[in-house]
Amino acid sequence: MTARPPAGTSVAHDSGLKHATGAAIYIDDMPEPPGLLHAFIGLSAHAHAKIARVDLTAARAMPGVAAAIAAVDVPGVNDVGPALPGDPIFADGLVEYWGQSLFAVAAGTIAEARAAAAKAVVEYEVLPHILTVDEALVAESYVLPARTLVSGDPDAALSAAPHRLSGRIDIGGQEHFYLEGQVAMAIPGEDGDMLVHSSTQHPTEVQHLVARALKLPDHAVTCETRRMGGGFGGKESQASLPAIVAALLAQKTGRPVKLRLDRDDDMVLTGKRHDFRIDYDVGFDAEGKILGIDVMQAARCGYSPDLSAAICDRAVFHADNCYYLENVRIVSYRCKTNTVSNTAFRGFGGPQGMIGIECVVDDIARHLTLDPLEVRRRNFYGKEDRNLTPYHMKVTDNIAPELTDTLAARADYTARRAAVAAFNMENPWIRRGIALTPLKFGISFTLTHMNQAGALVHVYTDGSVMLNHGGTEMSQGLYTKVAQVVAAEFGISIDRVKITATTTGKVPNTSPTAASSGSDLNGMAARDAALAIRGRMAEAAAPILGAVPEDIVFENGALRAGGKSISFADAAKATHRARLPLSATGYYATPEIHYDAATGRGRPFFYFAYGASVAEVEIDTLTGEYRLLRADILHDCGHSLNPALDIGQIEGGFVQGMGWLTTEELCWSAKGRLLTHATSTYKIPATGDIPAAFHVALFESGGNPAETIYRSKAVGEPPLMLGMSVFFALKDAVASKAEVSRFDAPATPERVLMALEAKS
Amino acid sequence: MPDRDTPAFFLGDSPRRPGSVSPTTTVLEYLRSVEHRPGTKEGCAEGDCGACTVVLGEPDGPRMRYRAVNACVLFMAALDGKQLLTVEDLAAADGGPHPVQTALAEHHGSQCGFCTPGFAMSLFALDRSGAAVDRAEAVEALAGNLCRCTGYRPILDAALAARPPDPEDTATAARLRALTAGGPLRMKYAEQAWHAPETLTDLAAALVADTSAVPVAGGTDAGVWVSKQHRRLNAIVSMEKVQELRAIERRDGMLRIGAAVPYEDALGELDALFPDLGAMVRRIGSRQIRERGTIGANIANASPIGDVPPALIALDAKLVLRRGAAQRTVPIETFFAGYRRTILTTGEFIESVDIPLPKDGRVFRCHKVAKRFDQDISAVCAAFSAAFAGGAVRDIRIGFGGMAATPARAHPVENILIGQPWTEASVRAAMTVLDATFVPISDHRARAAYRRLVARNLLYKFFLETAASTPRTRLVPAP
Repeated sequence: MTARPPAGTSVAHDSGLKHATGAAIYIDDMPEPPGLLHAFIGLSAHAHAKIARVDLTAARAMPGVAAAIAAVDVPGVNDVGPALPGDPIFADGLVEYWGQSLFAVAAGTIAEARAAAAKAVVEYEVLPHILTVDEALVAESYVLPARTLVSGDPDAALSAAPHRLSGRIDIGGQEHFYLEGQVAMAIPGEDGDMLVHSSTQHPTEVQHLVARALKLPDHAVTCETRRMGGGFGGKESQASLPAIVAALLAQKTGRPVKLRLDRDDDMVLTGKRHDFRIDYDVGFDAEGKILGIDVMQAARCGYSPDLSAAICDRAVFHADNCYYLENVRIVSYRCKTNTVSNTAFRGFGGPQGMIGIECVVDDIARHLTLDPLEVRRRNFYGKEDRNLTPYHMKVTDNIAPELTDTLAARADYTARRAAVAAFNMENPWIRRGIALTPLKFGISFTLTHMNQAGALVHVYTDGSVMLNHGGTEMSQGLYTKVAQVVAAEFGISIDRVKITATTTGKVPNTSPTAASSGSDLNGMAARDAALAIRGRMAEAAAPILGAVPEDIVFENGALRAGGKSISFADAAKATHRARLPLSATGYYATPEIHYDAATGRGRPFFYFAYGASVAEVEIDTLTGEYRLLRADILHDCGHSLNPALDIGQIEGGFVQGMGWLTTEELCWSAKGRLLTHATSTYKIPATGDIPAAFHVALFESGGNPAETIYRSKAVGEPPLMLGMSVFFALKDAVASKAEVSRFDAPATPERVLMALEAKS
Repeated sequence: MPDRDTPAFFLGDSPRRPGSVSPTTTVLEYLRSVEHRPGTKEGCAEGDCGACTVVLGEPDGPRMRYRAVNACVLFMAALDGKQLLTVEDLAAADGGPHPVQTALAEHHGSQCGFCTPGFAMSLFALDRSGAAVDRAEAVEALAGNLCRCTGYRPILDAALAARPPDPEDTATAARLRALTAGGPLRMKYAEQAWHAPETLTDLAAALVADTSAVPVAGGTDAGVWVSKQHRRLNAIVSMEKVQELRAIERRDGMLRIGAAVPYEDALGELDALFPDLGAMVRRIGSRQIRERGTIGANIANASPIGDVPPALIALDAKLVLRRGAAQRTVPIETFFAGYRRTILTTGEFIESVDIPLPKDGRVFRCHKVAKRFDQDISAVCAAFSAAFAGGAVRDIRIGFGGMAATPARAHPVENILIGQPWTEASVRAAMTVLDATFVPISDHRARAAYRRLVARNLLYKFFLETAASTPRTRLVPAP
């Protein structure tokens, strides 16, 4: 199954020009239906409290108000928990974080709804709260039981090791900061049906949870998503609440309701990347090779489980990154705190697990005064041996060593490390640092049953094609890639393929567009549908071409065999006349994967994606400020489905990962209120933060050894972890002047300066 | 001439005189809900993300001058006399995309696309400015447009790609003048009033006549009171149309900056006279904010973390204050009475800032320290101006921001240094005094210990930078 054009080419994002001209329609841009109401959610003003009373009488009496509802007004189940219960739509008797949803108001304008919400009377009985991982560990406050993964004999290996180090790294969370905030519009129909336009990565979940809350069968609810203004995991489970609240109010009033969270409410109300504390105890030899390791991962899950089980599992699965850990124990604590329930975010726990082991190898290198890259290389998984992960899946596609070598050569790592050292000899105030970090990221949902997808393809008798599938377009260009697959299979130009909005009415029971799986799953499902139609078209065209169906080739807008041809459109007409269906569903389920959570053993991933980056930074040792001078990236996309889109994911992921580890700092007050809830206080990278010298390339591999769509590889999440190189380059610069015993993320200028002060 | 009671402007090429709209409706809300132009997006509603970027054209002689601005913190009434251009206006005559839009698409400059119209507008304004666009200029022009998807590289490539210039608009300036012929705008809507006097005398009279009126210049701060805090401002007196307040000139050994001069308009003189201050002003907000925001208002709002006041304290700037016909001149460091309080009396306002021109032998340096280089609010600002004689400190003035409830002059530090030899020992002693001078707070921008340490180190940096041949003390400039 090799790619042919337009698959494998740099087709532009289907909406690129529409984005630039403002013609792309987001939910808040849709023409407003007559009678539309605007909804506002009332948020709690304590981190942990019993709610003695929620009285909406005064709110209901305010001008323009059509409805005000709280927990008591939910006809069905008052919970939006995606996997496990515990996320009430409206808090019922108890609030567990500052900013939790208490009630909602629908009014003629958003200003009226907001003004009415201010009149609600809420009485609290304040309870003591737990905010941090450290507090939760002491109090043994968990949303889920701890998990332990052991392989080999870590205790024996640790005690026998000639060298031993222990350390700790705390890693802050991250706000998704999708530019388009959470938004939904619910439109009631006949029979009590509900159409919900939702900016969601998971239309099926929105559909099912709306139905459950409204006490309707799933078939009564349709969820449609044309595009999101960014998702990054933040609209996987977190899109449900606004959609459900809009739908509840629409059901209550019989009128369409739009709910768009403003930036502050969005940041306060919705979950973020889990902050982690990672402690380690490692034994190693004089070359820096890890002999045994004991790792403790503690995640701040917030007040409810949400997706934390799978996220913390993925952190465990990535505690090795590219390194062979023969004797290892990983204990994972899922801490319950009185903060917003943390959720999916690009990498889904993987980045946190990975940065833990990167911290370990970096600390080992500094302890032994070796180049950290050398220690990394010495610990890489082998090809034929030393290739068993802690969860006993064999790494059979390991390209980390050659990818790293290629990048180190292209980025001139060795000479530049020497140049950095020379620069630092001459510069007491400005210091430089350099780091190369690799990554290996497991591809597949670790919950095996989620690895399935459906598609729906129609060919019309003029030869134009309608494409629909369960994947959502959040920015990544999934719609374009899947359209490339369909166009390639039919041998037609991509502009003959109409990309249509994802809707539960066309493809049901879908998985979220998450886990980097979008193209792998939906590309295969759409191909399956296209192949089914192609078979029937070939059957219909065979007598016309005087050929057997198997010999018919679909290319350049025509079906060809034996020197004869018929246009794709004429073939479609012929198929219709032959009374064969020009419509097909397609389906795909990832093969070979399995995982037993009880034993912690299995093959949770179909394959691994690899990448590496080199970053060089400069720090001001008097203020802690810094600049990224240069970044070099080599990333593995197998046979790329679309090099331009893939490079976009790689660059964007790198910068987002860099932001996570540098300037993006979430702060809470002592009472548990999020203080950084706007652009003015939460700083994602801007144009000035990326280097002029920014070299990004795709690794030239023989394609994905696993049988994926045209041997491509998933690219959504892995590049985020390329940003680690910036963090470790900063640490390297600090280490040129001070002994670094602890260096936490995000490495804000303050962290850098304080690390310099610690022991200089 | 009779006053006019409705703002008059062009939306694209079409004249508009919206009759029934609040003067403090934001332009973003107006575009989306009244004009049904959804291309301009709300990303943050506080002038920090650029998704709502639109372009304002205003007559500049026979030509038009264009500024990229944030529609989310721009009041409707401020459109009076201007041309408002949105992403929908960029289309070519044949309906095809504008070259900046084509460039963004061809360079794969969008992913989710939500920020893209804002980038297109910033690029359009940059093109229209006629400036030679190198990478540094592109980075600066786009630093107020946040993108969460692309990592910016393709957008900067699009910015730097060659494209034909737009034909110059020679008709709109005259049409705009005709549209707004008549007296000043004096608008009423329900309980709200907006008055935009056009002379200094009228402005002074208006502020004395209605002491409840809020004086507003560019409105980038007042806009946030409305867009984020949902406050209603009943009486507003706009300073924007007062030509005397928009002048910037050198005279009597001073650089006089009118209180309503936008930052961007002051950059040329600041760069020429005080390069460090010019560089710092480039880090205030974004270009969209600096096209509207003014140095006068940065002083008047008396924020403890305003970026300009510490530099002005070190530069010994004076403020010219006016109430009615009465004028007084005060040193800037006496202007701040407490946390967000000033010595302005009722009806009094800042007319201009007078900065002494640089003198030979005097050294000036200033710094802004924040989490992010561009468009962030400072943790600490520091500014130093000193004269040395015979290896000793003849005179030194030191201003700090972020260290106290107001921008503050570090008198005790100055006192211990004056007359002392300019040596490591003197500076170390002064750093100890500095530590005892301020009690900064801990907040989400910085902890107190960091603020103290940075303040000390910046004084030390000033020493290093004024000592003979020091190794580099500054990071490489923005890439």
